[in-house]
Amino acid sequence: MKRADCIKALYPELENCLVVTIMGASAQELYDLGHKENFFYLEHAMGLASSIGLGLAMNLPDEKVIVFDGDGSVLMNLGTLATLARYRPPNLVHIIFDNGSLLSTGGFASHTTSGICNLAAIAKGAGCPNVYEVSNLYQFMEAAAEAFEANDMTTIVARVEAVGPDHYGMDLKLPENAFRFERYIKERQKAKQLN
Amino acid sequence: MTVSRDNSKMVYDGIKAAGIRYITALPETWLVYLLQLAEDDPEMCLVEVAKEEEAIGIAAGAYFAGTPNALLMQNHGFLGSINGIVSLALLYRIPLLMLIAHRGHIGEPYPWHTQGGILTEPVLRGLGLPFDYVRDPHQAAKQIREAQTFALSSLSPVALLLTRDLMED
Repeated sequence: MKRADCIKALYPELENCLVVTIMGASAQELYDLGHKENFFYLEHAMGLASSIGLGLAMNLPDEKVIVFDGDGSVLMNLGTLATLARYRPPNLVHIIFDNGSLLSTGGFASHTTSGICNLAAIAKGAGCPNVYEVSNLYQFMEAAAEAFEANDMTTIVARVEAVGPDHYGMDLKLPENAFRFERYIKERQKAKQLN
Repeated sequence: MTVSRDNSKMVYDGIKAAGIRYITALPETWLVYLLQLAEDDPEMCLVEVAKEEEAIGIAAGAYFAGTPNALLMQNHGFLGSINGIVSLALLYRIPLLMLIAHRGHIGEPYPWHTQGGILTEPVLRGLGLPFDYVRDPHQAAKQIREAQTFALSSLSPVALLLTRDLMED
């Protein structure tokens, strides 16, 4: 299973969500499908995408928040799984694409290579509810559908191949992404209050 | 050494007066009463993290959501959060209001706090972060409000260093 295929299959469902991605391939693959104002790409600060998702989800209970995370990023901030479990925002879907590789920084093996370290087991041990482990697109979409329907926090660990895009780059400056994302949320909240 | 309950209350009142209803924190001795006040306050949402760098991400999420918020941490937690401050807050121009217990400076009896205490101000300066010391409890509310105003206008993290004079009786 390729991460790009997972993101592509999920893309139509992201329209009404707030999406936070990690750096590198995940961000690029989502961007290449067509940038939307509800996407925020965290191109550095590895490990903090799920923390941003937590802050968003807790403060916007009427929004579905989707985080595209990766094994390398989660391994840099394992504490986040315990914090997520403790506060357990029901509107958060935490998708960890586990390619067993630090793909965007040279393709070195991460600790999850060959199943030595099991992120789903760590998430469960941290207390995260509804943890799915998937390794084909059908399972991924099934888990995602349940996560989108559920009124509880969900973690999906998706085992994917260590392949990424053949190019990197966005026509979007990093602060510009932050400014537009913040404005989009503000306007969306305003529109909801008016309705 | 005892932590000042009265001054903690004045700082907390300043946080509330600034409209803050969401605090991300990691407990530390000087912050005990402040965090207890937050925990007991039904109007306040307190998120306790496993490591302070997480708080930078959570605060950024709260900011995107439009929620006035603050971070409470020890200076060693600030030192441990630097990549998040640099590669999220500074890189993306995200304001943060950081209230930092300035352990390990003049008067500090515990050796383990001293290096972090000595280096806190130079690191803040090195990062180019605006900061101020809070010494007088009667000034705390004003300093918190003004730090918040400046964080939002400059789109930068702003630090208030909670000093020994303020936090201990």
